[in-house]
Amino acid sequence: MKFTLSWLKDHLETDADLETITDTLTALGLEVEDVEDRGAELAPFTVAYVVKAEKHPDADKLQVCEVDTGDGIEQVVCGAPNARTGMKGVFARSGLTVPGNGMLLKPTKIRGVESNGMLVSEREMGLSDAHEGIIEMPDDAALGVPFAQILGLDDPMIEIAITPNRQDCLGVRGIARDLAAAGLGTLKPDPYGAVEGTYTSPVNIELRLGEMEAPACPVFTGRYIKGVKNGPSPDWMQRRLTAIGLRPISALVDVTNYISYDRARPLHVYDADELTGDIHVRIAKQDETLLALDEKDYTLAGEECVIADDSGPIALGGVMGGVGTGCTEETTNVVLESALFDPLRTAYTGRTLNIDSDARYRFERGVDSDYVIGGAEAATRMILDMCGGEVSEIVVAGAVPDWERIIDLRPARVSALAGIDVPAAEAVRILESLGFVVEEMGDVIQVQVPSWRVDVEGEADLVEEVTRVYGYNAIPAVPLPALTDIVTPAVDLPQRRVRQVRRLLASRGLHEAITWSFVSSKYAALFGGGDPATILENPISSELDAMRPSMLPGLLEAAGRNMDRGFGGANLFEVGPQFAGDMPEDQSTVAAGLRALLQHRRHWQESAPPMLALDAKADALAALEAVGAPVANLRVATEAPDWYHPGRSGALMLGPKTVLAHFGELHPRILREMDVRGHAGAFEVYLDNVPARARKRTSRPALNASDLPAVERDFAFVVETAVAAQDLLAAARGADKALIEDVSLFDLYEGEGLGDGKKSLAICVRLQPIEKTLTDAEIDAVADKVVAAVAKATGGTLRG
Amino acid sequence: MQDIDALRDELLAQVDGATDEAALESIRVAALGKKGSISALMRGLGKMTPEERQTAGPALNGLKNEVDGAIRAAKARLEDAALDARLARETLDMTLPVAPEDRGTIHPVSQVIDEITEIFAAMGFQVAEGPDIEEDFYNFTALNIPPEHPARQMHDTFYLPERPDGTRKVLRTHTSPVQVRTMLNSKPPLRIIAPGRTYRCDSDQTHTPMFHQVEALVVDEATHMGHLKGCIEAFCRAFFEVDEVKMRFRPSYFPFTEPSAEVDIGCSRKGGEVRIGEGDDWLEIMGCGMVHPKVLEHGGIDPAKYQGFALGMGLDRIAMLKYGAPDLRAFFDSDLRWLRHYGFAALDLPTLGQGISR
Repeated sequence: MKFTLSWLKDHLETDADLETITDTLTALGLEVEDVEDRGAELAPFTVAYVVKAEKHPDADKLQVCEVDTGDGIEQVVCGAPNARTGMKGVFARSGLTVPGNGMLLKPTKIRGVESNGMLVSEREMGLSDAHEGIIEMPDDAALGVPFAQILGLDDPMIEIAITPNRQDCLGVRGIARDLAAAGLGTLKPDPYGAVEGTYTSPVNIELRLGEMEAPACPVFTGRYIKGVKNGPSPDWMQRRLTAIGLRPISALVDVTNYISYDRARPLHVYDADELTGDIHVRIAKQDETLLALDEKDYTLAGEECVIADDSGPIALGGVMGGVGTGCTEETTNVVLESALFDPLRTAYTGRTLNIDSDARYRFERGVDSDYVIGGAEAATRMILDMCGGEVSEIVVAGAVPDWERIIDLRPARVSALAGIDVPAAEAVRILESLGFVVEEMGDVIQVQVPSWRVDVEGEADLVEEVTRVYGYNAIPAVPLPALTDIVTPAVDLPQRRVRQVRRLLASRGLHEAITWSFVSSKYAALFGGGDPATILENPISSELDAMRPSMLPGLLEAAGRNMDRGFGGANLFEVGPQFAGDMPEDQSTVAAGLRALLQHRRHWQESAPPMLALDAKADALAALEAVGAPVANLRVATEAPDWYHPGRSGALMLGPKTVLAHFGELHPRILREMDVRGHAGAFEVYLDNVPARARKRTSRPALNASDLPAVERDFAFVVETAVAAQDLLAAARGADKALIEDVSLFDLYEGEGLGDGKKSLAICVRLQPIEKTLTDAEIDAVADKVVAAVAKATGGTLRG
Repeated sequence: MQDIDALRDELLAQVDGATDEAALESIRVAALGKKGSISALMRGLGKMTPEERQTAGPALNGLKNEVDGAIRAAKARLEDAALDARLARETLDMTLPVAPEDRGTIHPVSQVIDEITEIFAAMGFQVAEGPDIEEDFYNFTALNIPPEHPARQMHDTFYLPERPDGTRKVLRTHTSPVQVRTMLNSKPPLRIIAPGRTYRCDSDQTHTPMFHQVEALVVDEATHMGHLKGCIEAFCRAFFEVDEVKMRFRPSYFPFTEPSAEVDIGCSRKGGEVRIGEGDDWLEIMGCGMVHPKVLEHGGIDPAKYQGFALGMGLDRIAMLKYGAPDLRAFFDSDLRWLRHYGFAALDLPTLGQGISR
């Protein structure tokens, strides 16, 4: 919403300066977004008189001017063809910067002649592109006075942001009312009274709306004005409209635009001689068309509210008029429309036809329903003043809907809600100056809401009104009282696990990424997704149209981008949501990561190329351990979803059913489909599946650390290649549960000497004596049990 | 006795002259071994008279100890020399680069969520969560956003396909639905924050279709706007680690709060860099207000008895502001160079006791 200071002062009697006004506007919730004070910028440029202009001795196109600035005589060399003796122009003295081109003026010599300051053009003042000559000021302009003042360019333009609830401030008078309430002056009385009509309008008006459609336009008034003379609107009006970015068109049109901004009251003027029969309001018929004032042809859907005559639609109610009945320079008889249109239907019309207009903007927020006639009267007055003519009585179709409502305000609620003590009398003063009608009834104030405040519905709204005008900045800051004497945990176990796993994975050299919650439905399908319930109706692009069933496609794309940038690999993880469906229980929290590799990083300490699947397993196990999963009890199942390499992937299982994680090398076909080069090991840890700790106690079981030295014995077994190391290790561990503390695999060998289909697994068994040192015989007995258990479980034999 | 002195001199001279451990050992055997010269003299003690023994005994023992000590000292000396010699051969180029270990990083948004959680925890708040795919009721209706509100249009909100019952789920456009879920699930007094992912159909230089917000909600019988101010002030001081923050409340409008305000904090913008806690400029950082009575009602809370405040701010924005990351889109691009530059070390856990910022 834009307006100028002088415009505001039409409604507000005030001594406040511009800065006080803008500060107060922001404090009232009418946030100032821009102030254009051309008057201040142009103030140093003043009216000067050219005492004498003579040709430059050494240049044909230059003149040497003797200029009376009102503060002495300066010599200026000027190239403008219109510079001449006896004219008045605009002088820019040395030391000033020319706003149009940023040039700093200094005394200089032009072709050997001294020149001090300059006479400026409109372009140099940033007013227009005109640069054919210097600005010519009227002969009666006083010397030394800022030229902008004389030309009326010194009216500051203020732009404010209007929140959706403050439709009333889409008119300057509403803004003035708020400022007056805030103590910045007084609201001037409304200058426009009623204009008596002298005849009955020859154009009748009818609402042709069914019962269900009636809210589309509850009231429509029209007034016939005959014998007008349309032409340009007066300078003051053109200047204001121009200042707020509107193009002056003609007096008739300008008046409606002016009232729209002055009173938040959209109006329309029809050329009565272009009408075919009477005017009626109805719902559009499907495929009706209208050439609107924006010169575009609109085909109607059939739900819009239209103004029509016998020929068809002539305007879109509350949005825009039509070209056919629009006013021109030749227009002599008009119908002035002032009506109420339904906010919802207006918004619908504007949205479906894609029309933004000042009228739509106001109607869809709800205009003052009690100012239908008032708006018509104000416009009538202006039209008569500017264009003459003779006015009819106002034709009213329908009726203004009941807008009166009374809300009780308990003054104590102001301090209870806002935390500030506003004296009851001050609260009453504020409400009254905002136009509320107040009646005090004991402890309760009965407040009648003015017709223009469609947003005020309840007591809390009144508290806001009082507090807002009294000043939010007066509210004292009070610390929140402590609920407990010391901080208690803010996160629950699942939230804490998210935090732990994130830092654990980062500590393992993975970088946390945050990728979109949506991926392309093509990629979603590769990762088990694609359920129609998870496909967005209105995605931002087809590459982001499906809720992700897994975090891996997003991470893989990210890894691919990094490798395309020249990185040999990318280690990324993300902890976040994934979506199996659209219900809350379909959303799960997962820690997923990948180590993608295009090229093994070379280093002088040559290390073996990584086994991506097992690195992923290590990441998954570490993640699970960090969140307190019983890692020692987990079993590896060689089954994983399709997006993993079938022979290099697995699941970490707790019990027979609960999958805590999947890990493995990603399927090369997936990488190919997603156009990612290289290889990648990946893991997905399903945090929601990790059971909560059974015990809540903090104390731990007693540590049973023996003083007796542990003994280690090595065994090498030859087994079939297909035998899982996990089974062999478990068999060895189970051979003597009392003595065997740990079994570790220290060598895996396949190849020469073992025969096809065989491999050797070498393990170290650690025995922890409990009561006394073990004898050789006892150790041998355990060793025999180990060999027997392994043979039984895996068919393995000791390697000879 | 002269024999003993002569033997001492001879043996000590031999020890002195030994150049390796083997020579020392043969000196030791020759002197102190079973058949050694000192052992032989010791054996002679038995044949002496008690008087003779009285003087010869201590003298021989002294000789034995002295020679033994000399041999041990010489041995240690030789060992040291041998070690020094070995070490002199064992040098390694200490300028060799060590094997690379990629230091992982925490994303700035996660770090900032941890920071904010820590600060609000100190004020008695707990973290609450809700689903990203939200019901229209929680995202709009319960928050007093009517069906015709512009925010509900397809150009603002992501919609999922219509369900058999005619309803359509949305991707939550703010974290505010968590307010309603919390109110329905628990009883006042409530103090929660809800950080999380939010979504809007917007994608340009300064908007991404997904972003992050944090919501705070307090509901009890007495909390008013003064507390809201106090809470935000305390948060800003702790979060930006400044002693004082200039703050300005501007009346504003949100359907779910009444009265509503936007909060600006004082800052300077010298050279394009925003600095909090100095200067005369203002920066909008959040929206807030007293919970609208209708929202309390939708949350099953009696607005005649309870009241409270809610505030919401953009997490990505506040992370950009605090850590000087200029481009929002980069937050979601996973460029390793960006992650290393703006990310945080795993051990940089923000705590109030050790400082929030890194």
